Amino acid sequence: MRVHVDPTKCQGHNRCYALAPELFDVDDYGNAFELNDGVVPAGLEDKARLALANCPEFAISIEE
Amino acid sequence: MSETVYGPVTDWATDFDHGSPAYAANQHKIWEELKNSGCPIAHTDRYGGTWLPLTHEMVHSIAYDTEHFSSQGPVVGQLKPSELEDSVPAPIGGAPPISSDPPFHGEARRLLLPAFTPKVIDPWRDEVVAICNQLIDDMGDADHIDAALQYSQHIPVMVIARMLGLPVEDGDKFRGWVNLVLSGVGEERTEARMQQFMEFNEYLEFHVNDHIENPREDLISFLLNAEIFGEKLSPRHVAGSVILLLIAGIDTTWSGIGSSLWHLATNSVDRRRLVENPDMIPTAIEEFLRAYAPVTMARLVKEDMEFHGVQMKKEDWVLLPFPAANRDDNQFANANEVVIDREENRHAAFGLGIHRCLGSNLARLEMNVAIEVFLQRFPDFSVDANEIVTWSTGQVRGPRSLPFVVNARA
Repeated sequence: MRVHVDPTKCQGHNRCYALAPELFDVDDYGNAFELNDGVVPAGLEDKARLALANCPEFAISIEE
Repeated sequence: MSETVYGPVTDWATDFDHGSPAYAANQHKIWEELKNSGCPIAHTDRYGGTWLPLTHEMVHSIAYDTEHFSSQGPVVGQLKPSELEDSVPAPIGGAPPISSDPPFHGEARRLLLPAFTPKVIDPWRDEVVAICNQLIDDMGDADHIDAALQYSQHIPVMVIARMLGLPVEDGDKFRGWVNLVLSGVGEERTEARMQQFMEFNEYLEFHVNDHIENPREDLISFLLNAEIFGEKLSPRHVAGSVILLLIAGIDTTWSGIGSSLWHLATNSVDRRRLVENPDMIPTAIEEFLRAYAPVTMARLVKEDMEFHGVQMKKEDWVLLPFPAANRDDNQFANANEVVIDREENRHAAFGLGIHRCLGSNLARLEMNVAIEVFLQRFPDFSVDANEIVTWSTGQVRGPRSLPFVVNARA
């Protein structure tokens, strides 16, 4: 599974970073990006889905 | 709570007034009834013409459409910015970046963003914990407290004053001005009110000048040194941004904390769950943010246009009721129920699009700590049945008095 934050949609709500800091980080302007090229380690799939379902800007996508 | 200059509302679809006490008291019901009667966008001639779209889809699309909607007037007033003598024209507006449009907006916002990222805000946690505990210590052994007046209203003021570099003891002044700007939108423009606006401007001018002469490590000094398009910010821009941070940072979070406490005082099952499982607090806070979102923003229509079948005129106000979008059944299951362990929650309490609340990380920190500390110290409390809970009017909604009985303390 891979996650991706669309930087043109992310407005820095930081929900993904709060819910899944293993998968996302934020830059100096508070905008989020995926860690580890977006590869979701085994066992963290639910966290990835949770981050997607809580992004107010619909900026996160998942490839399974 | 008094009626606005426009008098009582007769019909919410064609004559609504978001500044009226009836709207503050019954807004969730009013939105439901409007939507059920086939009116997803209400109108009023009040305030020179104002629209109220109610669905998540409409609010979302207006928030994203900076081509047709300007942020020059984020707070609806009786006069349009073009009718005010001292207004700052688009794309800058009077309180950048909240009042700004692209392309200026992006630059003005970029200056402020680094000061409010989670990594800069999280270290304030211990200080917020200390403030909250001190406020509860100050209540002594009283069984009857007011959680708005003695607790929620003080927390954001103390934090933002420290960040900006303004005297913390001026909290009462700040709250007076916040009230003036946000809650008094429908009140008569009396000389006394104009005098208060003048005092606010003089106060800001004094402190901005003081920071020019005595620079220090705070946000005002930071803004005075910042550059935009290769030039230093004008003192007017700095004062405008200070107005924004002060106003936007205070009664919004005060409202968010207050509404959360009100919910817990009136829902003992939820309160007990959080007392027993403090780990659930962050998820519960997101649900309180969804269900009791304090902030409605506003836009101005740039040119005559059609929107979802209605004809909007140039300079009409358009309210962006994020709280109504958060209760849209098409976006949230059981939208009118407060479910404190709701897992999927893309609420729009902090807005959508380029104007996402700059201080959202600070607001979340303050709300989480405020609720955590309150529940630790007062594991059981309820609304005092002999007193009345009052709610603010206008575009920021939250309890302004919260008379509680403390039933247990730790």
